[in-house]
Amino acid sequence: MIKEKRVKGTRIKSSWDTKLFHVIGYFFVAFFALACAIPFYLVLTGSFTDEKWILSKGYSFWLTSENISLEGYATIFRSPEKILSAYGVTIFVTIVGTTLAILLVTMTGYVLSRPDFPWRNGVSLFFFFTTLFSGGLVPYYLLCTQYLNFKNHIYALIIPGLFSVWNMVIAKSFMKGIPNELVESAQMDGAGDLLIYFRIMMPLSKPMIATLSLFTALGYWNDWYNCMLFISDDKKYNLQYTLQNLLRSAEFITKIAYEQGRTVASVPSESMKLAMTVIAIGPIIMLYPFLQKYFVKGMTIGSVKG
Amino acid sequence: MREKQKAAAPNRSLWKDIKKNRTRLLMLLVPVTMAVIFCYIPMPGVIIAFKKYNYLDGIFGSEWNGFDNFRYLLISKKLWSLTRNTLLYNIAFISIGLVFEVGIAIILNEMLHLRFKKIAQSLMFLPHFISWVVVATIMLNIFGDHGVLNNILRSMGFEGFNIYAYENAKYWPIVMVALKTWKSVGYGSVVYLAAIVGISPEINEAAKIDGANIWQRIWRITIPCLKPTIVIMTLLAVGGIFRGDFGMFYQLVKGQHLLEASDVLDTYIYRTMMSTSNMGWSAAAGLYQSVLCFITINVVNFTVKKIEPDYALY
Repeated sequence: MIKEKRVKGTRIKSSWDTKLFHVIGYFFVAFFALACAIPFYLVLTGSFTDEKWILSKGYSFWLTSENISLEGYATIFRSPEKILSAYGVTIFVTIVGTTLAILLVTMTGYVLSRPDFPWRNGVSLFFFFTTLFSGGLVPYYLLCTQYLNFKNHIYALIIPGLFSVWNMVIAKSFMKGIPNELVESAQMDGAGDLLIYFRIMMPLSKPMIATLSLFTALGYWNDWYNCMLFISDDKKYNLQYTLQNLLRSAEFITKIAYEQGRTVASVPSESMKLAMTVIAIGPIIMLYPFLQKYFVKGMTIGSVKG
Repeated sequence: MREKQKAAAPNRSLWKDIKKNRTRLLMLLVPVTMAVIFCYIPMPGVIIAFKKYNYLDGIFGSEWNGFDNFRYLLISKKLWSLTRNTLLYNIAFISIGLVFEVGIAIILNEMLHLRFKKIAQSLMFLPHFISWVVVATIMLNIFGDHGVLNNILRSMGFEGFNIYAYENAKYWPIVMVALKTWKSVGYGSVVYLAAIVGISPEINEAAKIDGANIWQRIWRITIPCLKPTIVIMTLLAVGGIFRGDFGMFYQLVKGQHLLEASDVLDTYIYRTMMSTSNMGWSAAAGLYQSVLCFITINVVNFTVKKIEPDYALY
């Protein structure tokens, strides 16, 4: 109540420069927010636009009865094996990868946050050094492909994302904030480390785990890099890489057709690309409103240093 | 490390420590193994940079060729243009990003309509959560030949503007910076918003009573209070200044003619590794980048330690 009164008070008294600030500020933020949102809207409408319309008049802002068409989606789902297998790969990799990554990260965080673990500084440094210096892409690639047999194996999409030093640091600093007395009293009662980890630390770390899982899952969902490096069998392509390939091959088709002086209206490549994009980002956008608070938390949890 | 620990606490035996912490050590087993395999074992692999690598002989069997790989990169002027691009792009990303992030955080903080603020924030976060592949489609959708921008331009009677055309390569830096800003600024402002919320309200109240207007309050109170956060965030970003955003440059840039303006170290390393038979060039560029990164991050950490020891990385 008091707050409301004060807000009203400032509004009445606000001078011209406050007003100026608010006008500029609101305008700027509104502009930026729209600039962030409109491209998504355009992708959505574009995916429902008739291919001939796109080629002759370009993408348009509004959908009308003249230019609406489901041809883009129809083309994709006419032979759905590809997209379904890509979806399957992405969902599998996201679920398995996130679960394993969270287990690894929180376990490491747990051990390194114990004040009575004698080698905690040494091990922390051991992990941290990997972020300072790396052998570069070439040795890593050769190791993975020639010695670890990553080529065309689904685990090539999971393993590289498991190990994240930053997430370990976040987990460690969060768990440091949990009162050590809880652990000590459990130890008194004869609980071992595994029991303490699963029954005390994990339940108390729920906000941190939620945020880290979200970001890890997002990383797996959006990953195309590992697929590009290691996978050449198109049955094991993930969603993002399928989209990337479609983008590049569609460009290629259009280019050839253009050079030969034909239009490629028979293959709705433009609307197909956008339909594919909608399919790839759909789940993120759909879940976004519910998960948003964790995203904000993630940024502030991450900024606490331990 | 263990010897040191033992020396520090002579009456605590190593064996006892291990026995007492055996579960914990087991819990660390997988992460440590992963770090060894994926981070430490590739490190000696940098010797490929000094070799004429071929697949048959492998890393250790291939012939040494001294600094030939580096010499090639220098003579072909590759190293110079790649370093310049990486550096200039990152400087632009960091500085423009900083201005936008701080600006948006300040405006959001002064906003009185909470609903508006919340919706605006949600919309501004959105681009952060999609991959660069999707951004590439969006870009095609807007700037491409059939894109919305050309549509509008043509309907107003102007010439179409194809960003992928040869003569428009000079606009690429602007497009890159704009897209990077678009993608990262909304989410990046959260850190500054959190810092502003942390400023004690008494300072602002007192200034208001003394008759300070909103600009004065921002300029004399908010920004000075944000200074530590700004300095730290910028320094952290500077630590990675020789690391190009691979996803961005790889996905957005299409066409050989654009490479001059938008090839960064990371994309060159990847492309050379995949397309030429000479792994040595790629490895040399990689080693060059790793060493530069290592030096900058240490310099940055040293500086942070001097300014604000609490924020030092190590």
